[in-house]
Amino acid sequence: MVARVQLPATAKAGELIEVRITIQHPMETGFRFELGGKPIPKNVINSLLVRYNGAQIFRAEMGSGIAANPYLQFHTVAKQSGEIEVAWIDDNGERGVEKAALAVTSG
Amino acid sequence: MAKPLCLHLSAALLAAASCIAPAAEPEWPHPLKSGSEFASQDLRRLQADDFANPGMLWVTRGARLWSEPAGASGQSCAACHGDAAQSMKGVAARYPRVDPGAGRLVNLEDRINLCRERNQRATALARESGELLALSAHVAHQSRGMPVAVTLDAQTRPSFERGRALYVARSGQMNLACTHCHDRSWGRKLAAETISQGHGNAYPAYRLEWQTLGSLQRRIRACYYGLRAEMPPYGAQELLDLELYLAVRGSGLPIETPGARR
Repeated sequence: MVARVQLPATAKAGELIEVRITIQHPMETGFRFELGGKPIPKNVINSLLVRYNGAQIFRAEMGSGIAANPYLQFHTVAKQSGEIEVAWIDDNGERGVEKAALAVTSG
Repeated sequence: MAKPLCLHLSAALLAAASCIAPAAEPEWPHPLKSGSEFASQDLRRLQADDFANPGMLWVTRGARLWSEPAGASGQSCAACHGDAAQSMKGVAARYPRVDPGAGRLVNLEDRINLCRERNQRATALARESGELLALSAHVAHQSRGMPVAVTLDAQTRPSFERGRALYVARSGQMNLACTHCHDRSWGRKLAAETISQGHGNAYPAYRLEWQTLGSLQRRIRACYYGLRAEMPPYGAQELLDLELYLAVRGSGLPIETPGARR
């Protein structure tokens, strides 16, 4: 699985920054059938966690209603330089992690 | 009495002459418009945003695969071709083309697989597999903005002619040819959709209907499905001929890979 995380190159301390995430995932709804008529089991990213220097800043629980290759976007306040880590798990138990570095300048 | 007969004769001769003359070019769309010009605002915005465009996930994966060793040679694509941004710039715009080693017309996906088999001594990747689409998307992405410029010469002409014949031949239960929609009716509505000119310059493209990236062959097969015609299998000569015909017909349009389509 491939994922991408986008942050501004630099941010000032206290600044509101946008975090954008895309993850390559089929997000199988569980409602589809193979050509032979066999149901395709549900497999979606059911839980996604975002940590900023270890502290949780965002959490998402997704289900069948989310399209394949989900795109998520949220805002957070830049505090200190460090790492934003996105971790997720799907119904098959497959886990993924993607990290991005954030450089914060004072003032 | 003689005069009208003569006229009739000359008319018959003209008709006979037009039958033996080479097939007239179907009226090609003018001006050329990429499929994105017929897409909704939202979809155009999605394609233009290099982060939100889901096709970029395949490009990202392709960039990783590019430098991963594969096959018995233990060599990666990068080991020979170096930085794709330089070595692959403009390459996709020239496909389909005749591969000198194979001595036949190949598209970009075929060429990647030939390189795997010949040089990396790896197994060919399955058509429409995530890996092959990632690599072809990554390679084609390096030509983004460059005009489609395939070669039409003695070697490729037979394929082009076959592609044209297919393009104007009615088929399927709908009894329609490609030309009826994409040459004669582009810009008009088919139910809620605007009919495009049917160019391949954005492929491999992410189609919302597929919820994944797909090749131009997959898209052409989808048209066959729409016509309720029998779909040629992936890699069929018909699909390759049509790919070449489309590329000649859409020459000059900028490559948009990875496109976002409905």
